[in-house]
Amino acid sequence: MSMLDRKLRRDLLRMKGQAAAIALVVACAVAAYVGSTTTYRALRSSNEEYYDRFAFADVFAELRRAPATLASRIAEIPGSGTVETRIVADGPMNIPDFAEPATAHLVSIPPGGPRLNRLVLLSGRMPEPGSDEALAGETLLKLHHLHLGDAVSVILEGARRTLRIVGTATSPEFIFEIRPGDLLPDDAHFAVFWAPEADLAAAMRMEGAFNNVVLRLAPGADRQNVLDNLDRLLEPYGCLGAYGRDRHVSHRFISDEIRQLQGVAVFMPAVFLGVAAFLLNVAFSRLVGTQREQIAAIKALGYGNAAVGLHFLQLAGVIVLLGTLVGTLAGAWFGSVMTKMYALFYHLPLFRYELDPSAVAAAVLLSLLTAFAGVAGAVRRAVRLPPAEAMRPPAPPRYRATLLERLGLGRLLGPVGRMILRSLGRRPVRALLTAVGVAAAMAILVLGAFLDDSISWMMDLQFRRAQLEDATVTFVEPRDPAVVVELRGLPGVSRVEPFRAVPVVLRAGHRTWRIGILGLPASPALHRISDRGGNLVDIPAAGLMLTDKLADLLHVHPGDDLGVDVLEGTRPRKTVRLAAVVRDLIGLSAYMELDALNRLAGHGPAVSGAFLSVDQASEKELHRRLKDAPMVAGVLLQRVAVASFEATNAQYLLFFTGILVLFAAVISVGVVYNSARVTLAERERELASLRVLGFTRGEVSAVLLGELAVLVVLALPLGCLFGVGFSALIARNLSSDLFRVPLVVENSTFAFAALVVLGASLLTALAVRRRIDRLDLVEVLKTKE
Amino acid sequence: MRLWSAGNDDDARPAPGTPVFVARDLTKVYRMGEVEVHALRGMDLELFAGEFVVLLGPSGSGKSTLLNILGGLDVPSGGTVRYREHDLVGANERLLTKYRREHVGFVFQFYNLIPSLTARENIALVTEISRHPMAPEEALALVDLADRMDHFPSQLSGGQQQRVAIARAVAKRPDVLLCDEPTGALDITSGKVVLGVLARVNRELGTTTAVITHNAAIAAMADRVVTIADGRISKVLRNEHKASPEDLAW
Ligand SMILES: Nc1ncnc2c1ncn2[C@@H]1O[C@H](COP(=O)(O)OP(=O)(O)O)[C@@H](O)[C@H]1O
Ligand SMILES: [Mg+2]
Repeated sequence: MSMLDRKLRRDLLRMKGQAAAIALVVACAVAAYVGSTTTYRALRSSNEEYYDRFAFADVFAELRRAPATLASRIAEIPGSGTVETRIVADGPMNIPDFAEPATAHLVSIPPGGPRLNRLVLLSGRMPEPGSDEALAGETLLKLHHLHLGDAVSVILEGARRTLRIVGTATSPEFIFEIRPGDLLPDDAHFAVFWAPEADLAAAMRMEGAFNNVVLRLAPGADRQNVLDNLDRLLEPYGCLGAYGRDRHVSHRFISDEIRQLQGVAVFMPAVFLGVAAFLLNVAFSRLVGTQREQIAAIKALGYGNAAVGLHFLQLAGVIVLLGTLVGTLAGAWFGSVMTKMYALFYHLPLFRYELDPSAVAAAVLLSLLTAFAGVAGAVRRAVRLPPAEAMRPPAPPRYRATLLERLGLGRLLGPVGRMILRSLGRRPVRALLTAVGVAAAMAILVLGAFLDDSISWMMDLQFRRAQLEDATVTFVEPRDPAVVVELRGLPGVSRVEPFRAVPVVLRAGHRTWRIGILGLPASPALHRISDRGGNLVDIPAAGLMLTDKLADLLHVHPGDDLGVDVLEGTRPRKTVRLAAVVRDLIGLSAYMELDALNRLAGHGPAVSGAFLSVDQASEKELHRRLKDAPMVAGVLLQRVAVASFEATNAQYLLFFTGILVLFAAVISVGVVYNSARVTLAERERELASLRVLGFTRGEVSAVLLGELAVLVVLALPLGCLFGVGFSALIARNLSSDLFRVPLVVENSTFAFAALVVLGASLLTALAVRRRIDRLDLVEVLKTKE
Repeated sequence: MRLWSAGNDDDARPAPGTPVFVARDLTKVYRMGEVEVHALRGMDLELFAGEFVVLLGPSGSGKSTLLNILGGLDVPSGGTVRYREHDLVGANERLLTKYRREHVGFVFQFYNLIPSLTARENIALVTEISRHPMAPEEALALVDLADRMDHFPSQLSGGQQQRVAIARAVAKRPDVLLCDEPTGALDITSGKVVLGVLARVNRELGTTTAVITHNAAIAAMADRVVTIADGRISKVLRNEHKASPEDLAW
């Protein structure tokens, strides 16, 4: 080993604490990068492969009823590839030992099995036609403790049918088992079944007919063209408009998730690498400073500038590579855990985790680049250092009165205070960056907790403050408003608010959107509409109200007229003025006043369902009654759905918060420790001299730790600011058509973040304090000068 | 015993008495903002092969500046300097590094040992980049420190550190040995030991040696004493009888 390498190794050992702190921060960056990138890639490629191998359709259409012969005409549409016609039905479901009403979503299995949205048989066997057999999703069995061979009953076309579960399955169509139109998966009350076509046809009186089409586009096909053609062909058969994957609810959930992961994969590592670069910068500036004479001597002895530069770059490289190694291992672990979590969450049958070598290579490259960016200044100084310096003793550091002192504040401070102030004033940039580093740690914590805050706030606003209903009842078909009286008579029901939902296509120029317009009383008492700020919004007496996302999609503004094609009854085509836009948080919605909507839809007053206020004690009894009512298509229990969402969410948040706390602690410890060690090294003599002059250990520590305390305290408000900034960025990244993530950070979040940072700083300060206590006075003062 | 390797003819050692350094009208101006410091104000100087020269002068007179220029650590503002056939004025950083590596041994006032390397390793630092070095152990034996080979600088006294520095300077068998106040940080006893080592190296290896000092007493052990005052040479004196370091009156 060359002597310079030997020096490198010993220097590294000497600065092992600092090196470890820096390596850890790099490790966090790499772990975050490798973990999220590999998860992102695993998720994306598994998803694509799944879609591909199991032939996920490109186009979807639901209709009322069309003759089977129409299938060949669909196949003739230019650009259409494989076409499959199916029978799909929803019906109220009775699950053994489960009081609450639930919905079964049944999809037909053509003879020979589906060619599109193919099934992954997870357990059991395929159902035999003519024997009430069906496949179910795995979640249903797990949640309700059902086993293969157990049965549920479903009401189809007014008749109770038994479904005997002979196997479990999944398909690319139902990665998320979510009721169309719902915002949250509600696994306890919604389940997908696959049943033989013949059975479903018989139950639905659909022999020789179909009510659902899926198709795959031929390579290079113009999707919009196929959609238009399909709409034209299917319209007479009650098609509500064909749509592509972009409006497929399961696909949208998945692609949002993937997009968000990609954001995380970029954002978190960037913060860490920034901090690592700063730490390296401070540590190496200091190192080159202390080794000034050594560097000059090495040059005087005949080593070139390149050798000296390389020497320091190598040192930085070793530290960073150590961090990268640890980070890659941690990232691989993190990635495989996340992947497992996603696999569970999405029931993805093809989930393979791979430690992608290109991700590792990118991480190595990125962290080396960061390292070199961090030490570039110090290395340049080392390279430029004139060797003649070796002959000269170093000049004493230059101090001056700081601005604060010149303003006369100095008199308020004792000598210790003034030393702290001047030391900070001597390296203002480093002081500022140290504070920024600690602030970054805090910001990461704020960021982590912000998600929880925002989602809680959003859920609270939407489901506890705005929407006061306990249950939502949906009828199979629009009914006479008199039904309200009937509902009011049900046990425990204290309030009934009827609503009308009319499926329409909204048209604005060439833009169209298929949606159900929700008709509500002008000032709803239960299902109230709230804007992003939590203010309740009235439904305009005339005209349409859209959520801002939908208005943006259609490029319309209040005052504009929209074409409305009603997709039920006599199917009138009308024009409606956009009366208002509500800036809300969740989903894409269209609202009208109930009577206005009834006039629009034509055929007299009708209700599609009702929101209920229910006394909790009578809930069980109500469920039982509603379950047996054939007119009821479904019942959504708000409280249960929200609770199950929050429970799932809490589990993930716990994991991520844990990781973020670890990250933040690493950053604060890294920054504070590094700063303390560097300051200690620079001022060892000064501090030792103070001891010799009779200062106590505590007083001497105060000089050094006071400086750190000032910086950490300075960092707290800065950290809040950064945290809000980061959160705003992430909120934008997470916002989708389904959710607008509001920027809500609770005070408790700031407090929590500040506590973690202060705690980590305090522990570090104690470690440094021990070093100060052990300062060897004689040894320090003996060193040259 | 002749320790010099005769291997490289192109750099064969010049005969004793021929000039190795020739400096003419050397000037050096340091600019510190508005202020100009004239460290050297037109200096003419020759150093001859194999001689032991003491450069004497008060603090701030320009001794270090001169030595740095001779050693290729710095370049003058004006004038010419040649080391044998090498022009030290026009040379770029790379050539100066090569010049230092091949021809010059430095001894600094503050030793400038690498604290993270042992005595032996400090010497190996130089020998591993020179063409015909002696073994580090041999160099240490030359300064009577063979028994301290594996000590780190912090485990050695000032005088011992300076002897290691001398061993480091001579281990590559340099043509010239340039020492800037080598005893400046030492007490009398260690100072004399260090000077003794320098005299021995000069005598036994025939290395041209220039020693800077502001201590006039040291002048007695030189072949020639060049006195510098205010950036100029004020006096050159040839000693008929060199005193041995032990006999110096400090
Ligand atoms: N790097 C420098 N910048 C500015 N002035 C310098 C520098 N080096 C030396 N000087 C000045 O040049 C003059 C000569 O310095 P130096 O050669 O070190 O003297 P000596 O070694 O004889 O004590 C002094 O006035 C000194 O202050
Ligand atoms: Mg000097």
